[in-house]
Amino acid sequence: MRRLAIGGRIDRSQQIEFTFDGRAITGFRGDTLASALLANGVRLVGRSFKYHRPRGIYSAGPEEPNALVTLGTGGRREPNRAATTVELAEGLVAESQNRWPSLNFDAQGINGLFAPFLSAGFYYKTFMGPTRRAWMFYEHFIRKAAGLGRAGEEPDPDRYDVRHLFADVAVVGSGPAGLSAALAAGGAGARVVLIEQDFAPGGSLLSDPADAESVAWLSGMFARLAEMPNVSLMTRTTAFGAYDGNVLGLVERHGSGTADPKQGQARQTLLLLRAKSIVYASGALERPLTFANNDRPGIMLASAARVYLNRFAVLAGTRVVVATDNDSAYRAAFDLAAAGAEVTIADGRAEPIHELLEQARRRGIAVRTKSRIANALGSRSVRAVTLSEPGGPATVKCDLVAVSGGWSATVHLTSHLGVKPVYREDMRTFVPGKLGAGLFVAGAVTGGFTRGGSIEEGHRAGAEASAFCGIAKSVQQPVGLELTEIDAGSHDNSLSASLRSAPLPHFVRAHDGSHTVCPEHHRPDRSEERWFANRTRAGDEKGAKFAAGKAFADLQMDVTTQDIALAHREGYESVEHLKRYTTLGMGTDQGKTSNFHALSAMAGLRSMAVPEVGTTTFRPPYTPVAIGALAGRSIGHHYKPIRRTPMHDWHVANGAEMLEGGLWMRPWFYRASGRDVNEAYVAEMRLVREAAGLMDISTLGKIDVQGSDAAEFLDRVYVNAFAKLPVGRARYGIMLRDDGVVFDDGTTSRLGERHFFMTTSTAKAADVMSRLEFLLDTAWPDLRVSVTSVTDEWAAMSVAGPNSRDILAAAFPDLDISNEALPHMGLLEEKYRDRRLRIIRLSFSGEWAYEIYVGASLGTEVWCRLMEAGAPFGLKPYGVEALGTLRIEKGHVAGPEIDGRTTLDDLGLGRMVGKRSGYVGEVLGRRAAFSDPTRPRLVGLRGVEPGRQLHAGAILFRPGEPMQGHGLGRITSATYSPTLDVWVGLGLLARESAVEGAEIVAAYPITGQTVRARVVSPIFLDPKGERLHG
Amino acid sequence: MRGYSAFSILRNGLTGQRHWRRVWRAPDPKSAYDVVIVGGGGHGLATAFYLAENHGVRNVAVLEKGYIGGGNVGRNTTIVRSNYRLDGNTQFYEFSMKLWEGLSRSLNFNVMFSQRGFLLTANSPGEFDTFGYRANVMRLNGIDAELLDREEVRRMVPYLNFSEKALFPVHGAILQGRAGTARHDAVAWGYARAADAHGIDIIQGCEVTDFVRHGDRIVGVETTRGRIAAAKVGLAVAGHTSVLARKAGLELPIESHILQAFVTEPIKPLVHHVVAYGADHFYVSQSDKGGLVFGGGLDGYNSYAQRGNLGVVREVAEASIAMMPCISRLRILRHWGGVMDMTPDASPIICPTPVDGLYLNGGWCYGGFKATPASGWCFAHTLAKGEAHPLTAAYRLDRFRTGRTIDEAGAGPFAWLQ
Amino acid sequence: MLRIECPCCGPRDHDEFRYGGDASANRPAYDDPDFEAWYRYVFVRENPAGLHREYWQHVIGCRQWLVVERDTRSHAIASILFARETRA
Repeated sequence: MRRLAIGGRIDRSQQIEFTFDGRAITGFRGDTLASALLANGVRLVGRSFKYHRPRGIYSAGPEEPNALVTLGTGGRREPNRAATTVELAEGLVAESQNRWPSLNFDAQGINGLFAPFLSAGFYYKTFMGPTRRAWMFYEHFIRKAAGLGRAGEEPDPDRYDVRHLFADVAVVGSGPAGLSAALAAGGAGARVVLIEQDFAPGGSLLSDPADAESVAWLSGMFARLAEMPNVSLMTRTTAFGAYDGNVLGLVERHGSGTADPKQGQARQTLLLLRAKSIVYASGALERPLTFANNDRPGIMLASAARVYLNRFAVLAGTRVVVATDNDSAYRAAFDLAAAGAEVTIADGRAEPIHELLEQARRRGIAVRTKSRIANALGSRSVRAVTLSEPGGPATVKCDLVAVSGGWSATVHLTSHLGVKPVYREDMRTFVPGKLGAGLFVAGAVTGGFTRGGSIEEGHRAGAEASAFCGIAKSVQQPVGLELTEIDAGSHDNSLSASLRSAPLPHFVRAHDGSHTVCPEHHRPDRSEERWFANRTRAGDEKGAKFAAGKAFADLQMDVTTQDIALAHREGYESVEHLKRYTTLGMGTDQGKTSNFHALSAMAGLRSMAVPEVGTTTFRPPYTPVAIGALAGRSIGHHYKPIRRTPMHDWHVANGAEMLEGGLWMRPWFYRASGRDVNEAYVAEMRLVREAAGLMDISTLGKIDVQGSDAAEFLDRVYVNAFAKLPVGRARYGIMLRDDGVVFDDGTTSRLGERHFFMTTSTAKAADVMSRLEFLLDTAWPDLRVSVTSVTDEWAAMSVAGPNSRDILAAAFPDLDISNEALPHMGLLEEKYRDRRLRIIRLSFSGEWAYEIYVGASLGTEVWCRLMEAGAPFGLKPYGVEALGTLRIEKGHVAGPEIDGRTTLDDLGLGRMVGKRSGYVGEVLGRRAAFSDPTRPRLVGLRGVEPGRQLHAGAILFRPGEPMQGHGLGRITSATYSPTLDVWVGLGLLARESAVEGAEIVAAYPITGQTVRARVVSPIFLDPKGERLHG
Repeated sequence: MRGYSAFSILRNGLTGQRHWRRVWRAPDPKSAYDVVIVGGGGHGLATAFYLAENHGVRNVAVLEKGYIGGGNVGRNTTIVRSNYRLDGNTQFYEFSMKLWEGLSRSLNFNVMFSQRGFLLTANSPGEFDTFGYRANVMRLNGIDAELLDREEVRRMVPYLNFSEKALFPVHGAILQGRAGTARHDAVAWGYARAADAHGIDIIQGCEVTDFVRHGDRIVGVETTRGRIAAAKVGLAVAGHTSVLARKAGLELPIESHILQAFVTEPIKPLVHHVVAYGADHFYVSQSDKGGLVFGGGLDGYNSYAQRGNLGVVREVAEASIAMMPCISRLRILRHWGGVMDMTPDASPIICPTPVDGLYLNGGWCYGGFKATPASGWCFAHTLAKGEAHPLTAAYRLDRFRTGRTIDEAGAGPFAWLQ
Repeated sequence: MLRIECPCCGPRDHDEFRYGGDASANRPAYDDPDFEAWYRYVFVRENPAGLHREYWQHVIGCRQWLVVERDTRSHAIASILFARETRA
């Protein structure tokens, strides 16, 4: 066991059992999966992407490139989780991935042998033959080898929630800067949300020894923040993206202590945080060092070694080499030595400051300067390192290598809105560029202040952020950490300050107490960068020599220094080309540890400065986000807001097969009418033609149009005139788009001089409504008209068929529905149980029919009343399938014909316009192509081969014409006509061929069928309208 | 051009990859060219290649303000298909498909064209009918197409939502087996390398700031690297067409809109085809690296920002789970946006323009990637001959004036609804 | 999210709104027979990379059509008015 007997921020009273690759392991509450594995001596955790090299735990945070595991089983299977971010919980099941047959022996480790050939982008240069489709063969194997973990194919059983949050000030990160910012803004009275991705707040302070003074500082801050009801601290919450309008996307993970959420609990919650102001205190991430075999298990970031030691009480090795190019790693070295490890520091710099060397000496640590690791030995665990030194190579045995190649500010969120980060040469990191109003940065993300500086900076940012929200009240700044002594071994304040200034100690506190830019010797001296460039260049010249010891620039994507050199040699020089050609930075860690070294290497190879080369674009999310969390509750039945008519329950109870259309659920057909839709629709058509049918038409769009200019308005929006429509009458109308194409059709009735009732198609209801409002608001504000959608206020049903008048009379015996009182296209406004009842005599089916409108709450009652009264007359309900086929017989156009491409003339409705002008779409409706003789127009098609079906979607040709290309048109709608006992259809056919009586061939190549049909009038049934008028 | 082959891989593998040379040169611009193509994206580079390959026009420069392939060819969802139903589109995209089928070999660069099949689900009977029409048109134009019923779809893609309770149940699907995906960056690089081998100058970091006129005729461009004279200037800068066209005095019916794309973490093979959802905006395929690559609808407001907003991210997530419930547990690794030239009929514009000396290739909406080879082929013809190629004769700029629009969706002149 | 400050309802996410496109294009009078004017209104777009006047309707709210001035590069909103005010 590597767990120390005391220390750490773990709760030793709570043991947690979990499994890794089937092996039962115990950890403590407060552990991460990574710390628990390390505590149990597990070093080999995964295999790499391309070469399947053994990999261990490299970091202690979301930047982890190596330790990716699969969690859970069945529908809960979640691949590619970084073990370093998994909070240990009871019942956790983890397994390693990308290995076969086992983690210890991975057959694809053989890929390493072929590595000389598997250079970056090798696949662009081969796999092109011998045949055109050869790639498909190779791809099969490449796909199998690629990928990381295996996903489950079962539905996710867990639930996700969405919350909408509003705040004055959002603070991202709960390190010293973030806490200080939250305190300042909260103290001023602002509503503050403080966001921390970890399950424990504190940021970099959590990596201090548990007895350090920073612990007291932290608990003091927590206590003060806890007293502020206007400050909420959200742990286990990742700010994954910054979006327009100061909106932050957050994901909060449940924290009930079990691996899976408890019954009724959401696994994760998506929070949409709209903040007036944001303080980014997102810190910095340590960079690796690059050397041959720098991926061996047992090599990790120096900051991570310190986190495991101080936060989790895990001593990850007893013989440690700390390799660094800056001061910050000395903290790790000192802490590891204090915990009993034998520590050697390999400092790449020529002259680290004297005080540091002195401190090290006092602790019994050997410091080797101008010393950097050339190679790591060992395979499944590091055994030793070879150091490259002025005096020649030296080998040091070790079981842990802690590396530090400087720090990169976590600029991700600040860059999501397109603000390019800028380079700070003095700190050798990119820092946020100029942010918009209300956005502030504090702490290490700005490029490196001491802790004291971070606290000051956070305080200032918090105060400015609350002032930005109009809340300005001065709050006392918390006491900084640098003011008290923490290093018992030293009496030198300036030194201890520099040591306490992790993670970015490149600024030191000057003796006079002011912050200054660090002296030259405190800064990383570019040795790493130079070495990296040299190595890649050397790779350029020496080639294969280096193949034996891969030095990885991107650990997760297995991108080596050689790959970068190759990209450069081939001209993939832009950082974006580098990324795309080598896949550098494209892993699940999005290159958090790898990008900087790679782009500075490219800068070196191109003899350019780092900022000239630039960075690739930072894209959300900061860390990967479950798709389920983004969808929240909008899954299953809540995926879309399904609309149900007032009579919905009746339909379901009475055997309707329901069909979704435009988010409405509508009866498709009734099972009593037939076994399947094809049988049922014919029966329902017969019902309407021979007796009567009742149809729920509540889904039609309904718009109330009122005002002194209502008639003028309708005259403009419809192609046909409404001004002279008498009160109490209805008229069919067509609207065009501005480009002259048919938009929608419907019936509008005149209820009064200034009052109309418009119906639209179900599909276009919302569009028509919005368009009418658009015209009134933007084009004709002078018209005194008000439009109101009343779709949901009215239940609507249509009783159609020869018996419909008798049925209506039986249902409403008090009403006068005689031909005189209610002629065809006439309207009655009556009352039913003191509620309005609107009856319009009009027909879509071609039969005598009424549309009955009543308040939605009375819909089912009136429906049932009609059903009851109609029973003796054979009344039964019918569905949308029959509705759609009845109208074909009558030649009424609908959605398949009004398809957004057809004009009035195409639909044979040009006569509706007459000599009118001044309607929407008039002018562009006269464009040349609209009268082209090859342009299709509406025709009727009557099958001439008995029993052979006409199909919608069949392509039309002249008999004998070769069947290829787009033909002369197509069948848009087709049905069997029980009345005529033939198949009939509507089609769009080139005008020059649309001659009634001509024979035409309808080809349906998918089934190989061709059917002959005759071009006829589209009105198959009752062309004189006798059925309508009686 | 040094050929790529298994042998060259072997040789370089044994010699430390030392013998590879620059894939394209980095020349300084000359003072004059026969043809200057503005835009080093897929279309511009393909145009350059076919100018040399098909027409022998080699005194050509491709000017790219950033790095080549940095626009939509490098940020799309890599789908290649030719399942269009309207006259004009059908033939053009099928011609493109045929070029795709031989592309790796003609360029000697593996663009990883993977004909894994494109399957679009029908989630209502009405939709299934329209797929019948589409499939028939495809067959009659020599394009492979199949209609699948629900059970056939289930056998192919068992992980879709086949629940009886699904809001939008799977009724069937239309399948184009020859459709698939390609490695998008490789298309830009492959064309660049092949064009470069013909002596064409590919000039990166060279932004066109204005046009040079002689009378009414455009005779060159002003760039950040100086004036470059050209007998003909071709614009291939989809996404930013309006900005440059305005400088040339050319008015266009184009709006710039954002289309977002998404990729998940890499996983072992799960999605073996390209699958699109008929009920909503969602389509997905799995890259060879293992990430599920998917997209949805436009963000829906004019933008040049190359990034989208959370609203569409959430809509796409919702649609993805509705179509394939197992995707819920997977995690989005990255999402980004591309700027689309949206036209009022969602079809492109490739033609000579009313401005003498200026030729336009733009308006690709969200369909430009699959068109890359045919677009380059036909635009090269247009530039070389001064007139439209028969396959792009319908993609005229004046079609909005005459009414000969090609509106597959029937959404009308609202670019953001197309 | 674009946050659109509806003059009637206050700041709201843009997905409560329906986009209506370029508001700088002039719609001819309803009875204007000028083909060119209609062609330009329906089809020709300036499509600026910069400040853009555009229509938005607060459909999940007051249903008013608004004219919003917004930068198409940064998405920053400069002004918001009721469309009716801009026509007055």
